Amino acid sequence: MQYALIIREAAEDFARRDDPTYRDGWVAYSQALAQAGIMTGGAGLTGPETGTIVRRKGEDHDVQDGPYPEGKEQLGGFYLIDVPDMDTALEWATRVPISDKGSVEVRPRLQM
Amino acid sequence: MPPDAGRAAEKVARQSYGKLIAFLAARSRDVPAAEDALSEALASALRVWPERGVPGNPEAWLLVAARRNLMQAARHRTVEANAQTTISVAFEEAEERMNAAGSAVFPDERLKLLFACTHPAIDSSVHTALMLQTVLGIEAKTIARSFVVSPEAMSQRLVRAKLKIRDAGIPFVVPPRPALPGRLAAVLSAIYAAYGLGWDGLDGENERHSLAGEAIWLGRALLAVLPDEPEAVGLLSLMLHCEARRSARRDGSGRYVPLDEQDTAAWNAIMIAEADALLRKAGSFDRFGPFQCQAAIQSVHAARRLSGTTDWQALTTLYAALVMMKPTLGARVSQAAVIGRALSAAAGLEGLDKLDPRDIASYQPYWAVRAFLLTRAGDDTAAADAYMTAIGLSDSPAVRDFLAGRLKGM
Repeated sequence: MQYALIIREAAEDFARRDDPTYRDGWVAYSQALAQAGIMTGGAGLTGPETGTIVRRKGEDHDVQDGPYPEGKEQLGGFYLIDVPDMDTALEWATRVPISDKGSVEVRPRLQM
Repeated sequence: MPPDAGRAAEKVARQSYGKLIAFLAARSRDVPAAEDALSEALASALRVWPERGVPGNPEAWLLVAARRNLMQAARHRTVEANAQTTISVAFEEAEERMNAAGSAVFPDERLKLLFACTHPAIDSSVHTALMLQTVLGIEAKTIARSFVVSPEAMSQRLVRAKLKIRDAGIPFVVPPRPALPGRLAAVLSAIYAAYGLGWDGLDGENERHSLAGEAIWLGRALLAVLPDEPEAVGLLSLMLHCEARRSARRDGSGRYVPLDEQDTAAWNAIMIAEADALLRKAGSFDRFGPFQCQAAIQSVHAARRLSGTTDWQALTTLYAALVMMKPTLGARVSQAAVIGRALSAAAGLEGLDKLDPRDIASYQPYWAVRAFLLTRAGDDTAAADAYMTAIGLSDSPAVRDFLAGRLKGM
Protein backbone atom coordinates (compact mmCIF):
# COMPACT_ATOMS: atom_id res chain seq x y z
CA MET A 1 0.00 0.00 0.00
CA GLN A 2 1.15 3.49 -0.67
CA TYR A 3 1.42 6.10 2.03
CA ALA A 4 2.38 9.73 1.91
CA LEU A 5 4.71 10.98 4.62
CA ILE A 6 3.80 14.63 4.75
CA ILE A 7 6.55 16.68 6.32
CA ARG A 8 5.82 19.94 8.09
CA GLU A 9 8.74 22.03 9.21
CA ALA A 10 8.97 24.96 11.57
CA ALA A 11 10.40 28.33 10.48
CA GLU A 12 13.63 27.46 12.33
CA ASP A 13 13.92 24.26 10.29
CA PHE A 14 13.52 26.08 7.00
CA ALA A 15 16.26 28.44 8.16
CA ARG A 16 18.54 25.45 8.87
CA ARG A 17 18.28 24.00 5.39
CA ASP A 18 21.73 25.26 4.45
CA ASP A 19 23.22 23.77 7.59
CA PRO A 20 25.00 20.59 6.43
CA THR A 21 24.07 18.62 9.58
CA TYR A 22 20.40 19.20 8.91
CA ARG A 23 20.62 18.72 5.16
CA ASP A 24 22.69 15.52 5.37
CA GLY A 25 20.06 13.96 7.64
CA TRP A 26 17.54 14.29 4.80
CA VAL A 27 19.96 12.96 2.21
CA ALA A 28 20.66 9.96 4.46
CA TYR A 29 16.97 9.35 5.06
CA SER A 30 16.20 9.43 1.32
CA GLN A 31 19.08 7.04 0.71
CA ALA A 32 17.76 4.65 3.36
CA LEU A 33 14.32 4.71 1.70
CA ALA A 34 15.87 4.01 -1.70
CA GLN A 35 18.08 1.28 -0.29
CA ALA A 36 15.05 -0.42 1.28
CA GLY A 37 13.36 -0.27 -2.12
CA ILE A 38 10.14 1.35 -0.89
CA MET A 39 10.35 4.92 -2.20
CA THR A 40 7.91 5.53 -5.02
CA GLY A 41 7.99 9.31 -5.15
CA GLY A 42 8.18 12.54 -3.29
CA ALA A 43 9.59 16.02 -3.40
CA GLY A 44 11.14 18.57 -1.15
CA LEU A 45 9.66 22.04 -1.46
CA THR A 46 11.32 25.42 -1.22
CA GLY A 47 10.43 27.66 1.70
CA PRO A 48 6.94 29.04 2.23
CA GLU A 49 8.05 32.58 1.32
CA THR A 50 8.35 31.42 -2.30
CA GLY A 51 4.71 30.32 -2.42
CA THR A 52 1.89 32.07 -4.21
CA ILE A 53 -1.72 31.24 -3.56
CA VAL A 54 -4.41 31.10 -6.23
CA ARG A 55 -8.04 31.00 -5.19
CA ARG A 56 -11.20 30.76 -7.21
CA LYS A 57 -13.35 33.90 -6.81
CA GLY A 58 -16.56 33.26 -8.67
CA GLU A 59 -15.67 33.52 -12.37
CA ASP A 60 -12.36 35.05 -11.55
CA HIS A 61 -9.14 34.09 -9.86
CA ASP A 62 -7.50 35.81 -6.98
CA VAL A 63 -3.71 35.55 -6.94
CA GLN A 64 -1.91 36.48 -3.75
CA ASP A 65 1.54 36.41 -2.33
CA GLY A 66 1.71 33.55 0.17
CA PRO A 67 1.95 32.08 2.61
CA TYR A 68 -0.38 32.88 5.45
CA PRO A 69 1.44 32.90 8.75
CA GLU A 70 -1.30 30.88 10.41
CA GLY A 71 0.49 27.71 11.46
CA LYS A 72 3.70 27.18 13.36
CA GLU A 73 4.59 24.54 10.76
CA GLN A 74 4.59 24.74 6.98
CA LEU A 75 4.63 22.06 4.34
CA GLY A 76 8.26 21.24 3.60
CA GLY A 77 7.84 18.28 1.30
CA PHE A 78 6.57 14.74 1.11
CA TYR A 79 7.60 11.18 0.45
CA LEU A 80 5.45 8.55 -1.19
CA ILE A 81 6.38 5.08 0.05
CA ASP A 82 5.11 1.61 -0.75
CA VAL A 83 5.01 -0.61 2.36
CA PRO A 84 2.82 -3.52 3.50
CA ASP A 85 0.86 -1.70 6.19
CA MET A 86 0.31 1.38 8.33
CA ASP A 87 2.56 0.13 11.10
CA THR A 88 5.51 -0.11 8.73
CA ALA A 89 4.71 3.36 7.40
CA LEU A 90 4.68 4.70 10.98
CA GLU A 91 8.03 3.05 11.61
CA TRP A 92 9.52 4.91 8.66
CA ALA A 93 7.86 8.12 9.83
CA THR A 94 9.77 7.92 13.13
CA ARG A 95 13.03 8.07 11.18
CA VAL A 96 12.25 11.29 9.33
CA PRO A 97 14.92 13.71 10.55
CA ILE A 98 12.60 16.55 11.56
CA SER A 99 13.27 18.62 14.63
CA ASP A 100 10.93 18.52 17.61
CA LYS A 101 9.23 21.62 16.20
CA GLY A 102 8.08 19.88 13.03
CA SER A 103 5.79 16.95 12.33
CA VAL A 104 5.19 14.08 9.96
CA GLU A 105 1.71 13.07 8.94
CA VAL A 106 1.20 9.58 7.56
CA ARG A 107 -1.72 9.20 5.15
CA PRO A 108 -2.76 6.29 2.97
CA ARG A 109 -2.96 7.10 -0.71
CA LEU A 110 -6.50 7.28 -2.09
CA GLN A 111 -7.28 4.05 -3.95
CA MET A 112 -8.66 4.78 -7.42
CA MET B 1 -4.89 23.96 45.99
CA PRO B 2 -1.12 23.48 45.78
CA PRO B 3 -0.10 23.01 42.14
CA ASP B 4 1.69 19.74 42.92
CA ALA B 5 -1.36 18.08 44.49
CA GLY B 6 -2.69 17.09 41.09
CA ARG B 7 0.58 15.52 40.08
CA ALA B 8 0.95 13.74 43.44
CA ALA B 9 -2.55 12.33 43.06
CA GLU B 10 -1.77 11.18 39.57
CA LYS B 11 1.41 9.47 40.69
CA VAL B 12 -0.15 7.53 43.53
CA ALA B 13 -3.11 6.63 41.31
CA ARG B 14 -0.81 5.29 38.64
CA GLN B 15 1.23 3.30 41.13
CA SER B 16 -1.91 1.69 42.53
CA TYR B 17 -3.47 1.02 39.16
CA GLY B 18 -1.68 -2.21 38.28
CA LYS B 19 -1.93 -3.58 41.79
CA LEU B 20 -5.67 -2.96 41.95
CA ILE B 21 -6.37 -4.30 38.45
CA ALA B 22 -4.38 -7.40 39.31
CA PHE B 23 -6.30 -7.85 42.51
CA LEU B 24 -9.72 -7.37 40.93
CA ALA B 25 -9.04 -9.28 37.72
CA ALA B 26 -7.46 -12.21 39.57
CA ARG B 27 -10.87 -12.74 41.14
CA SER B 28 -13.34 -11.79 38.44
CA ARG B 29 -11.03 -12.78 35.53
CA ASP B 30 -12.62 -9.90 33.71
CA VAL B 31 -9.90 -7.41 32.90
CA PRO B 32 -12.08 -4.99 30.88
CA ALA B 33 -14.70 -4.78 33.65
CA ALA B 34 -12.02 -4.25 36.29
CA GLU B 35 -10.44 -1.56 34.11
CA ASP B 36 -13.69 0.26 33.50
CA ALA B 37 -14.52 0.31 37.19
CA LEU B 38 -11.03 1.41 38.17
CA SER B 39 -10.79 4.08 35.45
CA GLU B 40 -13.91 5.68 36.77
CA ALA B 41 -12.55 5.46 40.30
CA LEU B 42 -9.29 7.07 39.13
CA ALA B 43 -11.18 9.82 37.36
CA SER B 44 -13.06 10.71 40.53
CA ALA B 45 -9.85 10.47 42.56
CA LEU B 46 -8.11 12.95 40.26
CA ARG B 47 -11.09 15.26 40.63
CA VAL B 48 -11.45 14.97 44.38
CA TRP B 49 -7.92 14.45 45.74
CA PRO B 50 -6.35 17.72 44.62
CA GLU B 51 -9.11 19.55 46.52
CA ARG B 52 -9.43 17.43 49.63
CA GLY B 53 -5.95 15.97 49.76
CA VAL B 54 -4.71 12.49 49.02
CA PRO B 55 -6.34 10.04 51.47
CA GLY B 56 -4.19 8.21 54.01
CA ASN B 57 -4.72 4.91 52.23
CA PRO B 58 -5.24 5.79 48.56
CA GLU B 59 -5.51 2.16 47.51
CA ALA B 60 -8.39 1.52 49.92
CA TRP B 61 -10.10 4.68 48.67
CA LEU B 62 -9.74 3.54 45.05
CA LEU B 63 -10.87 0.03 45.90
CA VAL B 64 -14.06 1.29 47.53
CA ALA B 65 -14.80 3.58 44.59
CA ALA B 66 -14.06 0.81 42.07
CA ARG B 67 -16.31 -1.51 44.02
CA ARG B 68 -19.23 0.87 43.71
CA ASN B 69 -18.68 1.11 39.96
CA LEU B 70 -18.25 -2.61 39.46
CA MET B 71 -21.39 -3.41 41.41
CA GLN B 72 -23.34 -0.89 39.38
CA ALA B 73 -22.06 -2.39 36.14
CA ALA B 74 -22.79 -5.92 37.32
CA ARG B 75 -26.37 -4.93 38.17
CA HIS B 76 -26.84 -3.78 34.58
CA ARG B 77 -25.61 -7.06 33.23
CA THR B 78 -28.14 -9.44 34.78
CA VAL B 79 -26.92 -12.19 32.46
CA GLU B 80 -23.69 -12.39 34.34
CA ALA B 81 -25.33 -12.96 37.69
CA ASN B 82 -22.32 -14.96 38.50
CA ALA B 83 -19.91 -12.07 38.24
CA GLN B 84 -21.64 -10.18 41.00
CA THR B 85 -21.01 -12.92 43.56
CA THR B 86 -17.41 -13.31 42.51
CA ILE B 87 -16.87 -9.60 42.83
CA SER B 88 -18.51 -9.34 46.23
CA VAL B 89 -16.36 -12.16 47.52
CA ALA B 90 -13.28 -10.49 46.13
CA PHE B 91 -14.10 -7.23 47.84
CA GLU B 92 -14.91 -8.83 51.14
CA GLU B 93 -11.58 -10.57 51.05
CA ALA B 94 -9.77 -7.38 50.07
CA GLU B 95 -11.37 -5.38 52.84
CA GLU B 96 -10.61 -8.09 55.33
CA ARG B 97 -6.96 -8.03 54.37
CA MET B 98 -6.80 -4.26 54.53
CA ASN B 99 -8.42 -4.14 57.93
CA ALA B 100 -6.33 -6.97 59.34
CA ALA B 101 -4.17 -5.65 62.14
CA GLY B 102 -0.64 -4.73 61.18
CA SER B 103 -1.03 -5.12 57.43
CA ALA B 104 -0.91 -1.63 56.04
CA VAL B 105 0.25 -3.03 52.73
CA PHE B 106 -2.17 -3.91 50.00
CA PRO B 107 -1.42 -7.38 48.60
CA ASP B 108 0.47 -7.09 45.33
CA GLU B 109 -0.66 -9.65 42.83
CA ARG B 110 0.76 -8.16 39.71
CA LEU B 111 2.79 -11.30 39.03
CA LYS B 112 -0.37 -13.36 38.58
CA LEU B 113 -1.66 -10.82 36.13
CA LEU B 114 1.69 -10.80 34.38
CA PHE B 115 1.48 -14.55 33.82
CA ALA B 116 -2.08 -14.15 32.51
CA CYS B 117 -0.97 -11.42 30.08
CA THR B 118 1.78 -13.62 28.67
CA HIS B 119 -0.31 -16.79 28.50
CA PRO B 120 0.45 -18.94 25.41
CA ALA B 121 -3.20 -18.64 24.37
CA ILE B 122 -2.69 -14.90 23.87
CA ASP B 123 -0.98 -13.83 20.67
CA SER B 124 2.65 -13.35 21.59
CA SER B 125 2.84 -10.03 19.73
CA VAL B 126 0.62 -8.40 22.35
CA HIS B 127 2.22 -9.90 25.47
CA THR B 128 4.35 -6.89 26.24
CA ALA B 129 1.74 -4.32 25.32
CA LEU B 130 -0.86 -6.05 27.44
CA MET B 131 1.51 -6.19 30.37
CA LEU B 132 2.40 -2.52 30.01
CA GLN B 133 -1.24 -1.53 30.05
CA THR B 134 -2.73 -3.79 32.67
CA VAL B 135 0.19 -4.38 35.02
CA LEU B 136 1.89 -1.00 34.80
CA GLY B 137 -1.08 1.16 33.89
CA ILE B 138 0.48 2.78 30.82
CA GLU B 139 -2.02 4.33 28.42
CA ALA B 140 -2.78 2.58 25.10
CA LYS B 141 -1.84 5.76 23.24
CA THR B 142 1.63 5.78 24.79
CA ILE B 143 2.09 2.08 24.15
CA ALA B 144 1.09 2.53 20.50
CA ARG B 145 3.71 5.25 20.21
CA SER B 146 6.50 3.10 21.61
CA PHE B 147 5.54 0.11 19.47
CA VAL B 148 5.15 2.42 16.48
CA VAL B 149 1.68 1.25 15.55
CA SER B 150 -1.46 3.31 15.09
CA PRO B 151 -3.38 3.99 18.32
CA GLU B 152 -6.55 2.28 17.02
CA ALA B 153 -4.68 -0.83 15.97
CA MET B 154 -3.09 -1.07 19.42
CA SER B 155 -6.38 -0.54 21.24
CA GLN B 156 -8.07 -3.19 19.12
CA ARG B 157 -5.35 -5.74 19.83
CA LEU B 158 -5.49 -5.04 23.54
CA VAL B 159 -9.27 -5.26 23.69
CA ARG B 160 -9.23 -8.56 21.81
CA ALA B 161 -6.63 -10.00 24.17
CA LYS B 162 -8.53 -8.94 27.27
CA LEU B 163 -11.77 -10.45 26.01
CA LYS B 164 -9.92 -13.65 25.35
CA ILE B 165 -8.58 -13.72 28.90
CA ARG B 166 -12.13 -13.40 30.16
CA ASP B 167 -13.91 -15.66 27.70
CA ALA B 168 -11.33 -18.42 27.49
CA GLY B 169 -10.96 -18.56 31.26
CA ILE B 170 -7.24 -17.91 31.32
CA PRO B 171 -6.10 -18.46 34.91
CA PHE B 172 -4.51 -15.80 37.10
CA VAL B 173 -1.83 -17.84 38.77
CA VAL B 174 1.91 -18.22 38.87
CA PRO B 175 2.00 -21.63 37.14
CA PRO B 176 3.08 -24.71 39.08
CA ARG B 177 6.68 -25.78 38.65
CA PRO B 178 6.26 -28.37 35.83
CA ALA B 179 4.52 -25.82 33.60
CA LEU B 180 6.86 -23.03 34.57
CA PRO B 181 9.83 -23.22 32.19
CA GLY B 182 7.72 -22.68 29.06
CA ARG B 183 5.65 -19.92 30.63
CA LEU B 184 8.50 -18.15 32.33
CA ALA B 185 10.26 -17.37 29.03
CA ALA B 186 7.35 -15.20 27.86
CA VAL B 187 7.16 -13.37 31.18
CA LEU B 188 10.89 -12.69 31.20
CA SER B 189 10.82 -11.38 27.62
CA ALA B 190 7.88 -9.12 28.41
CA ILE B 191 9.66 -7.65 31.44
CA TYR B 192 12.83 -7.15 29.44
CA ALA B 193 10.86 -5.56 26.60
CA ALA B 194 9.29 -3.18 29.12
CA TYR B 195 12.77 -2.34 30.36
CA GLY B 196 13.88 -1.73 26.78
CA LEU B 197 10.99 0.65 26.20
CA GLY B 198 11.89 2.45 29.38
CA TRP B 199 15.39 2.70 27.96
CA ASP B 200 14.56 4.47 24.74
CA GLY B 201 10.95 4.10 23.74
CA LEU B 202 9.01 6.80 25.51
CA ASP B 203 9.13 10.55 25.55
CA GLY B 204 10.15 12.41 28.65
CA GLU B 205 12.99 11.45 30.94
CA ASN B 206 10.79 10.91 34.01
CA GLU B 207 8.29 8.65 32.31
CA ARG B 208 11.16 6.71 30.82
CA HIS B 209 12.97 6.33 34.08
CA SER B 210 9.89 5.13 35.91
CA LEU B 211 9.11 2.47 33.29
CA ALA B 212 12.63 1.03 33.49
CA GLY B 213 12.31 1.19 37.27
CA GLU B 214 8.99 -0.66 37.17
CA ALA B 215 10.52 -3.36 34.98
CA ILE B 216 13.32 -3.83 37.50
CA TRP B 217 10.73 -3.89 40.26
CA LEU B 218 8.85 -6.68 38.42
CA GLY B 219 12.12 -8.57 37.97
CA ARG B 220 12.73 -8.37 41.71
CA ALA B 221 9.15 -9.42 42.51
CA LEU B 222 9.49 -12.39 40.20
CA LEU B 223 12.70 -13.37 41.90
CA ALA B 224 11.05 -13.21 45.31
CA VAL B 225 8.48 -15.78 44.14
CA LEU B 226 10.90 -17.90 42.11
CA PRO B 227 14.30 -17.58 43.78
CA ASP B 228 15.64 -20.71 42.10
CA GLU B 229 15.04 -19.81 38.47
CA PRO B 230 18.46 -18.97 37.00
CA GLU B 231 17.00 -17.12 34.02
CA ALA B 232 14.94 -14.86 36.29
CA VAL B 233 18.13 -14.12 38.21
CA GLY B 234 19.94 -13.56 34.91
CA LEU B 235 17.32 -11.08 33.69
CA LEU B 236 17.57 -8.98 36.84
CA SER B 237 21.36 -9.01 36.57
CA LEU B 238 21.11 -7.91 32.93
CA MET B 239 18.73 -5.03 33.70
CA LEU B 240 20.85 -3.83 36.62
CA HIS B 241 23.98 -3.85 34.46
CA CYS B 242 22.26 -1.68 31.85
CA GLU B 243 20.74 0.57 34.49
CA ALA B 244 24.14 1.08 36.11
CA ARG B 245 25.34 2.82 32.93
CA ARG B 246 22.29 5.01 32.41
CA SER B 247 23.89 8.34 33.22
CA ALA B 248 26.98 7.61 31.11
CA ARG B 249 25.04 7.10 27.88
CA ARG B 250 24.88 10.82 27.14
CA ASP B 251 27.54 13.43 27.69
CA GLY B 252 27.05 16.81 29.33
CA SER B 253 25.47 18.26 26.19
CA GLY B 254 23.13 15.32 25.59
CA ARG B 255 25.26 13.67 22.91
CA TYR B 256 25.20 9.90 22.49
CA VAL B 257 28.24 8.08 23.91
CA PRO B 258 28.89 4.51 22.69
CA LEU B 259 29.53 1.87 25.33
CA ASP B 260 33.27 1.52 24.79
CA GLU B 261 33.80 5.29 25.05
CA GLN B 262 31.73 5.79 28.21
CA ASP B 263 33.39 7.20 31.30
CA THR B 264 33.44 4.25 33.69
CA ALA B 265 33.56 6.59 36.67
CA ALA B 266 29.97 7.56 35.82
CA TRP B 267 28.78 3.97 36.16
CA ASN B 268 26.92 2.96 39.29
CA ALA B 269 29.36 0.68 41.11
CA ILE B 270 26.84 -0.56 43.67
CA MET B 271 24.42 -1.66 40.99
CA ILE B 272 27.19 -3.39 39.06
CA ALA B 273 28.23 -5.26 42.20
CA GLU B 274 24.67 -6.46 42.76
CA ALA B 275 24.36 -7.47 39.10
CA ASP B 276 27.58 -9.47 39.28
CA ALA B 277 26.56 -11.17 42.52
CA LEU B 278 23.26 -12.18 40.89
CA LEU B 279 25.10 -13.53 37.87
CA ARG B 280 27.31 -15.70 40.11
CA LYS B 281 24.21 -16.93 41.91
CA ALA B 282 22.53 -17.81 38.58
CA GLY B 283 25.64 -19.67 37.53
CA SER B 284 25.50 -21.89 40.59
CA PHE B 285 22.31 -23.53 39.29
CA ASP B 286 24.15 -24.94 36.32
CA ARG B 287 21.33 -24.15 33.88
CA PHE B 288 22.67 -21.57 31.44
CA GLY B 289 20.22 -19.54 29.35
CA PRO B 290 20.06 -16.48 27.07
CA PHE B 291 19.40 -13.93 29.82
CA GLN B 292 22.33 -15.15 31.89
CA CYS B 293 24.42 -15.05 28.74
CA GLN B 294 23.43 -11.45 28.00
CA ALA B 295 24.08 -10.53 31.63
CA ALA B 296 27.52 -12.15 31.34
CA ILE B 297 28.20 -10.05 28.22
CA GLN B 298 27.30 -6.90 30.15
CA SER B 299 29.47 -8.07 33.01
CA VAL B 300 32.47 -8.32 30.68
CA HIS B 301 31.83 -4.74 29.53
CA ALA B 302 31.46 -3.65 33.15
CA ALA B 303 34.85 -5.16 34.00
CA ARG B 304 36.48 -2.35 31.98
CA ARG B 305 35.79 -0.19 35.03
CA LEU B 306 38.51 -2.09 36.91
CA SER B 307 40.84 -3.36 34.19
CA GLY B 308 40.67 -0.41 31.81
CA THR B 309 40.32 -2.72 28.82
CA THR B 310 37.57 -4.76 27.20
CA ASP B 311 38.10 -8.49 26.90
CA TRP B 312 36.96 -8.96 23.28
CA GLN B 313 37.91 -12.65 23.30
CA ALA B 314 35.56 -13.38 26.20
CA LEU B 315 32.83 -11.47 24.37
CA THR B 316 33.39 -13.57 21.23
CA THR B 317 32.84 -16.76 23.23
CA LEU B 318 29.73 -15.40 24.94
CA TYR B 319 28.20 -14.16 21.69
CA ALA B 320 28.82 -17.55 20.08
CA ALA B 321 26.85 -19.11 22.94
CA LEU B 322 24.10 -16.51 22.71
CA VAL B 323 23.68 -16.93 18.95
CA MET B 324 23.51 -20.68 19.40
CA MET B 325 20.70 -20.33 21.95
CA LYS B 326 18.88 -17.40 20.40
CA PRO B 327 19.97 -16.43 16.89
CA THR B 328 18.16 -13.10 16.78
CA LEU B 329 19.18 -10.48 14.26
CA GLY B 330 20.41 -8.19 17.04
CA ALA B 331 22.58 -10.90 18.57
CA ARG B 332 24.10 -11.81 15.21
CA VAL B 333 24.92 -8.20 14.34
CA SER B 334 26.51 -7.67 17.76
CA GLN B 335 28.43 -10.89 17.32
CA ALA B 336 29.86 -9.61 14.04
CA ALA B 337 30.85 -6.35 15.73
CA VAL B 338 32.64 -8.21 18.49
CA ILE B 339 34.42 -10.55 16.06
CA GLY B 340 35.45 -7.45 14.11
CA ARG B 341 37.21 -6.18 17.24
CA ALA B 342 38.60 -9.51 18.51
CA LEU B 343 39.78 -11.00 15.22
CA SER B 344 39.73 -8.69 12.23
CA ALA B 345 37.37 -6.31 10.48
CA ALA B 346 37.23 -8.74 7.55
CA ALA B 347 36.06 -11.59 9.80
CA GLY B 348 33.35 -9.34 11.22
CA LEU B 349 32.20 -8.29 7.76
CA GLU B 350 32.08 -11.92 6.74
CA GLY B 351 29.60 -12.52 9.56
CA LEU B 352 27.47 -9.59 8.39
CA ASP B 353 27.45 -10.87 4.80
CA LYS B 354 25.79 -14.08 5.96
CA LEU B 355 22.65 -12.23 7.06
CA ASP B 356 19.54 -12.26 4.90
CA PRO B 357 19.33 -9.03 2.84
CA ARG B 358 15.60 -8.80 3.55
CA ASP B 359 16.19 -8.77 7.31
CA ILE B 360 18.82 -6.08 7.28
CA ALA B 361 17.25 -3.71 4.71
CA SER B 362 15.87 -1.44 7.43
CA TYR B 363 17.82 -2.64 10.48
CA GLN B 364 19.83 0.35 11.62
CA PRO B 365 22.40 -1.42 13.86
CA TYR B 366 23.47 -3.61 10.93
CA TRP B 367 24.40 -0.54 8.87
CA ALA B 368 26.13 1.19 11.77
CA VAL B 369 28.27 -1.90 12.49
CA ARG B 370 28.94 -2.41 8.80
CA ALA B 371 30.08 1.20 8.43
CA PHE B 372 32.37 0.87 11.45
CA LEU B 373 33.97 -2.37 10.20
CA LEU B 374 34.36 -1.05 6.64
CA THR B 375 36.19 2.00 8.02
CA ARG B 376 38.54 -0.30 9.92
CA ALA B 377 39.06 -2.38 6.78
CA GLY B 378 40.02 0.80 4.91
CA ASP B 379 37.14 0.79 2.45
CA ASP B 380 36.14 4.42 2.93
CA THR B 381 33.74 4.70 -0.01
CA ALA B 382 31.63 1.72 1.05
CA ALA B 383 31.86 2.86 4.68
CA ALA B 384 30.53 6.32 3.86
CA ASP B 385 27.64 4.73 2.00
CA ALA B 386 26.83 2.45 4.93
CA TYR B 387 27.03 5.41 7.35
CA MET B 388 24.52 7.30 5.22
CA THR B 389 22.08 4.40 5.31
CA ALA B 390 22.57 3.99 9.06
CA ILE B 391 21.91 7.71 9.61
CA GLY B 392 18.82 7.54 7.43
CA LEU B 393 17.48 4.60 9.43
CA SER B 394 18.06 6.17 12.87
CA ASP B 395 15.01 7.37 14.74
CA SER B 396 17.04 9.11 17.43
CA PRO B 397 18.54 12.55 16.75
CA ALA B 398 21.34 11.81 19.24
CA VAL B 399 22.38 8.64 17.41
CA ARG B 400 22.03 10.44 14.08
CA ASP B 401 24.40 13.17 15.22
CA PHE B 402 26.85 10.62 16.57
CA LEU B 403 26.98 8.70 13.28
CA ALA B 404 27.22 11.92 11.28
CA GLY B 405 30.23 12.81 13.42
CA ARG B 406 31.85 9.47 12.67
CA LEU B 407 31.19 9.93 8.96
CA LYS B 408 32.76 13.38 9.02
CA GLY B 409 35.75 12.14 11.01
CA MET B 410 36.62 9.42 8.50
